[in-house]
Amino acid sequence: MGVSIFQVAGPVMIGPSSSHTAGAARLGRIAAKLADDFDFVSFGLHGSFAKTGKGHGTDKALLAGVMGIREDDEAIADAYAIADEATIGYEFHDVELTGIHENSVRIAFYKNGELLCKVDGSSLGGGEVMISRINGYEVELSGNLPTIFVRQLDTRGVLSHITTVLAEGGINIATMKVSRKNRSEEATCVIEVDEEIEEGLLKKIENNPNIYAVRFI
Amino acid sequence: MYHSCRQLLEMTEARKVPIHEIVIENEMKNSNLSRAEVIENIKKRYRIMQTSAERALEQPLSTEGGLITGIASTQYRYSKSGSTLCGRFVNTVMARALSCSEVNASMGKICAMPTAGSCGIVPAVLITIGEEYNKTEEEVIAALITASGMGTIVVENATVAGSEGGCQAECGVAAAMAAAGAVELSGGTPAMSMEAFSLALINVMGLVCDPVAGLVQIPCAQRNASQAVNALLSADMALGGAVFPIPADEVIDAMYKVGKLLPVQLRETAMGGIAATETAKDITDRIFHR
Repeated sequence: MGVSIFQVAGPVMIGPSSSHTAGAARLGRIAAKLADDFDFVSFGLHGSFAKTGKGHGTDKALLAGVMGIREDDEAIADAYAIADEATIGYEFHDVELTGIHENSVRIAFYKNGELLCKVDGSSLGGGEVMISRINGYEVELSGNLPTIFVRQLDTRGVLSHITTVLAEGGINIATMKVSRKNRSEEATCVIEVDEEIEEGLLKKIENNPNIYAVRFI
Repeated sequence: MYHSCRQLLEMTEARKVPIHEIVIENEMKNSNLSRAEVIENIKKRYRIMQTSAERALEQPLSTEGGLITGIASTQYRYSKSGSTLCGRFVNTVMARALSCSEVNASMGKICAMPTAGSCGIVPAVLITIGEEYNKTEEEVIAALITASGMGTIVVENATVAGSEGGCQAECGVAAAMAAAGAVELSGGTPAMSMEAFSLALINVMGLVCDPVAGLVQIPCAQRNASQAVNALLSADMALGGAVFPIPADEVIDAMYKVGKLLPVQLRETAMGGIAATETAKDITDRIFHR
């Protein structure tokens, strides 16, 4: 595979930095798809995001991203006003995360004061990103392929239920990563696929007593 | 498929076609797109470049810390004053490069070329040549494709990241890409494009990445302007028949090796060069309230 001219002439993005602005917006957007409707979001800035993020609009890009604003949308610059309008609360602080890229953030989503979801992600440069932890579970999620995120009980037959539904739906699995903290407790599964997934298929996956939640990214 | 400047040049010479033709055919295979789709995709990016090259010419834009607010409009006014040293054309090229940088720093929309920090060089050079010498939009877009194709060879064999190779890898490579495109747009041969590419890159060999306060403003914007001019003079030397004996692939390799020799303080960390001056430290304190 050679290098595409669109990697050189691109990405089209809101400045000033592909890692600190465009990548940050993308991280926010992907993370928000893992959370339910939220009314408050907290951003823990790590490393270079904490040190030079402000000058690069990393805060605005992250906040815009969680509201679904894309990295090439000039609305990023107005993220604070848009969040206030939508009555979404937000907060930024510095954190030190371990074993993670220099440009990283911990995003926590809340509803009525209750924690919904906690996501750690990194901006790798050139607008590329990687979600590495969801609610403490180790994952690898780049957002470059359509991705299904499942929370399930760690028990026999759950994964075969998921793969059977996907196979019957004509979906090819590109990668799959299962992660658990303890045996027979909650586990997660990140599945990257080659095709877009329809709502009905996600419902079929969810239709299993051992599956708690299914998200499509 | 080509993976070097030499291969790309041989392919153009064997078929007697311009560089952009080989680049388009390669991209069709690479991205599995039709010819029309490749051109349409580049045209969309060209529209973004046109807008960012114009937007700050009349109207200063708000930038973090205000470090480069108004830099483009000041230069543009001067370009029209009739009393410049380098003339209206060269000063307009600089103003457009500065406009792209100012738009980028103001959280406006740009197209990285090859990076966000160096996004003004190729647009400023190709758009202004197109305007000055009455080139068609198709011709300017063809030159943009040539410039992009030359950039892919650097990405494949070296780097365009300031954190890896310093400013020579960002603004330097952008200048080399622009020089190759400028030669084609001005009727030069593919060999002359390669020559211009090499000349532009040797002119910046060793240039460090030293952003004041870590922001993509100073000296990034000023270097967008100066490297746009580097592209023009390199193209003119090649078009004039200057012979440069070192092949472009070897110049790219030399640039990459120089980048590896640069200490980390001079690779985008804001710990050396102009970023480490007393005034730069004061600016940093002022912006970040440390």
